[in-house]
Amino acid sequence: MNSVSAAPAQHSLTHLQRLESEAIHIMREVVAEAERPVMLYSVGKDSAVMLHLAKKAFYPSPPPFPLLHVDTTWKFRDMYALRDKAAAAAGMELLVYQNPEAKEKGINPFDHGPLHTDMWKTEGLKQALDKYGFDAAFGGARRDEEKSRAKERIFSFRTASHRWDPKAQRPELWHLYNARKAKGESMRVFPISNWTELDIWQYLHLEKIDIVPLYFSAPRPTFVMDGQLFMADDLERLEKIVGKDRMPEIRERSVRFRTLGCWPLTGAVESEAATLTEVIQEMLLTTTSERQGRVIDKDGGDASMEKKKQEGYF
Amino acid sequence: MSDLLPNDPIYQTDALIAADIDAYLDVHQHKTMLRFITCGSVDDGKSTLIGRLLYDSKMIFEDQLAALEADSKRVGTQGQEIDFALLVDGLAAEREQGITIDVAYRFFATEKRKFIVADTPGHEQYTRNMVTGASTADLAVILIDARKGVLTQTRRHSFLAHQIGIRNIVLAVNKMDLVDYDQAVFDGIVKDYTEFARSIGIAGFVAMPISGFKGDNITGASENTPWYHGPSLMQHLETVEVDATVDAQKPFRMAVQWVNRPNLDFRGFSGLIASGSIRPGDTIRVLPSGKTSTVKRIVTLGADLDQAIAGQSVTLTLADEVDCSRGDVIAAADSPPQVADQFEATIVWMDEAEMLPGRPYWMKIGAQTVTATVQQPKYQVNVNTMEQLAAKTLDLNAIGVANISTDRPMPFEPYADNRDLGGFILIDKMTNATVAAGMIHFSLRRADNIHWQAVDISREAHAAQKGQSPKLLWFTGLSGSGKSTIANIVEKKLHALGRHTFLLDGDNVRHGLNKDLGFTDADRVENIRRVGEVAKLMTDAGLIVITAFISPFRSEREMVRQMLPAGEFIEVHIDTSLAEAEKRDVKGLYAKARSGQLKNFTGIDSPYEEPEHPEVRIDTSRMDAEAAADMIVERVIGIWSPDL
Repeated sequence: MNSVSAAPAQHSLTHLQRLESEAIHIMREVVAEAERPVMLYSVGKDSAVMLHLAKKAFYPSPPPFPLLHVDTTWKFRDMYALRDKAAAAAGMELLVYQNPEAKEKGINPFDHGPLHTDMWKTEGLKQALDKYGFDAAFGGARRDEEKSRAKERIFSFRTASHRWDPKAQRPELWHLYNARKAKGESMRVFPISNWTELDIWQYLHLEKIDIVPLYFSAPRPTFVMDGQLFMADDLERLEKIVGKDRMPEIRERSVRFRTLGCWPLTGAVESEAATLTEVIQEMLLTTTSERQGRVIDKDGGDASMEKKKQEGYF
Repeated sequence: MSDLLPNDPIYQTDALIAADIDAYLDVHQHKTMLRFITCGSVDDGKSTLIGRLLYDSKMIFEDQLAALEADSKRVGTQGQEIDFALLVDGLAAEREQGITIDVAYRFFATEKRKFIVADTPGHEQYTRNMVTGASTADLAVILIDARKGVLTQTRRHSFLAHQIGIRNIVLAVNKMDLVDYDQAVFDGIVKDYTEFARSIGIAGFVAMPISGFKGDNITGASENTPWYHGPSLMQHLETVEVDATVDAQKPFRMAVQWVNRPNLDFRGFSGLIASGSIRPGDTIRVLPSGKTSTVKRIVTLGADLDQAIAGQSVTLTLADEVDCSRGDVIAAADSPPQVADQFEATIVWMDEAEMLPGRPYWMKIGAQTVTATVQQPKYQVNVNTMEQLAAKTLDLNAIGVANISTDRPMPFEPYADNRDLGGFILIDKMTNATVAAGMIHFSLRRADNIHWQAVDISREAHAAQKGQSPKLLWFTGLSGSGKSTIANIVEKKLHALGRHTFLLDGDNVRHGLNKDLGFTDADRVENIRRVGEVAKLMTDAGLIVITAFISPFRSEREMVRQMLPAGEFIEVHIDTSLAEAEKRDVKGLYAKARSGQLKNFTGIDSPYEEPEHPEVRIDTSRMDAEAAADMIVERVIGIWSPDL
């Protein structure tokens, strides 16, 4: 079997084996020490790797925690389909949370800009964690994604009001993680902190993990807005929001996505890469970084992700 | 700037990627991983070097490069040239200060290896961060500014790297471009460093002349240093042996993290293999119990393994039903690790609050968490001069050697042999902060040689002869709250009732048993520890012991509670407000403390931590001493009534 851990007898481990072992070790520590863990599941490729690692960590038991999807109602339809399928296949409970206030006010990415992410995702996540009383939440963030992430601990503490204080982080030594906390405090845990984007792709390839087809190129209905290319995943909804006369021109293009979020906020790239290896090939030869397709890092200027994290964004 | 790139074989990947992606992935899949740290003083060019490594290994994309160029012009320190340091300095606060304030991790890869760099700060007050970054590193790059030579900070970083057990040390003499690539400058620095390295026990190191800014000897041999024949930094990083490979050759050890029990037919022990290798059929021993069994299966999703080695997370099943739970260690049966409860260790203190000898802390080692107390340090090391200094405690960023005892025997290995079973952290029981990192040297023979002497007259016999159950009435409260007054009345009443009692009073004990102790936090902790031990001996003798001590800290009151059998410790909080105690000021101490003549006075400039759930609470604003004593006696007699 072409799997990372089932390699033949050897005297040293490959980097992927070490990363896999580290992530599994972290997940087991959380399950051993936290009272009510949960895995945040966003249906992207990193989430797919996380879910796969969880299955490996606890096999033959199913992962002893539920999956939580903090939904914005604006995800791609393909994502919703895979989400339900993957949770069922893993034998895990799937919790879907939508911020009722955002729902009521009809918060959307077209009219509300940064407020969309703030209400649906940041606030939604806090509400969901409070509602279910989770004291440890696994997230798929990686240190190579963004500068402030590079400094975050693997076990990252949040105050009772979910704030992150970058100057008061616990030192993290060896494989020892201090998971003790006061009542009301919680931790976000990042088992794949040390993975890079290439590691993720390589692992998906080696372990034959199912991901959303949007990562692979196909002819899709697209439109251009503010110089970026988007997919019109739901034409009807788009028209309702922007108005019939302001509708952008919809054209079919061969596109794929490097990251997946809300479809009106996730830039597509024109591409012919239709298989996993072609995507990896294209990624390696490309010259723009992963997050450029995502609008979220840019609002708020230079230190925007750091600011979002202090406020409780994942 | 990137003139090294096109002809450099290390980065000749594009052609392969384009031509045969499967072949490329196959190469990448078999890469090993090296973790290293870079240490240097504030201006040694650390961030620039790391930025350069990222840049040279194509970890910087066009959009990032564009942003970098713009940033360089705006806030950079290199004029119109690219300031690589900006790639690395992440947090907003430190960008403004121009220093790195925490450990940051960076990633890059070459044809042979993936690298994780811990970027650790050179700033004085952040020893803690460097130790943190070094704890997972296989190699340390010690940066030296060629213009400045070996500095105090160079010595400190080298000492710390050596203490944390890093075997591979690279001395990177940076900014060679600013000394005209002068061999004499390089040789002089290497000579100085060799002397120093030998003096602190560093067995060997590799020195190289580089320029992070210009790129000399980073990926290939530089034309500017024809006199240097050693490897470039990258060549060395790609070929040096990683620790995991060395660990795999040692005897098998795995700390059990989690017991996997999906159903009654399956019982697996999950953990990360700390050293050695394991195969089905191997005989193992579970510690601390010492029971042996054989490995039945190495279970993973997909297929069972024939073998697993150090660094792998696995689940083992055993042939026999042996008792084994989280924190136990599964080891090679013929060479198991030791089990002990007293150790000598190096301790790096990492918290703003100083270490309190005698205070119980959580100690996490492997997958187990125990209660540990640290004794007064044998010495503290001045990390700048390597001198050993006498010390009563350790404060933030201090490193010292001390004895530690744990509340139960636990399997361990000297840190030098095994980082996973010899490295530990200490956690404050109240704040939950990670306050220290430690490295075990060896167990103390004392633990083996002092046996508990069994005596024929047991504590039960002592108590039975007196016709009472022993108790410890622990009075706590502010100075002047009325502890001694009420305790005295309580003892008189109990005595009149025919009980065998003894009153230990705070002031009186400080005239004798504890006259060597002052009023610092550390001395207060030791004061209570001794009183607790004495009170315990007296309860062994069957007495009802009454103590009247301020005992301001919850941790120590909790420690005494744990020394006694359940139900014997009765915490009595004499609850008088600070305002009221100060108003009474029977001994005139508050006035002295307020005027600054008396330091570390509880309630004024030293904290009092109120009991959260005392067995008895006396509100002195609502009852007088006589009534309070009656209430305590009644409560206590009530608790004892069954055998009266």
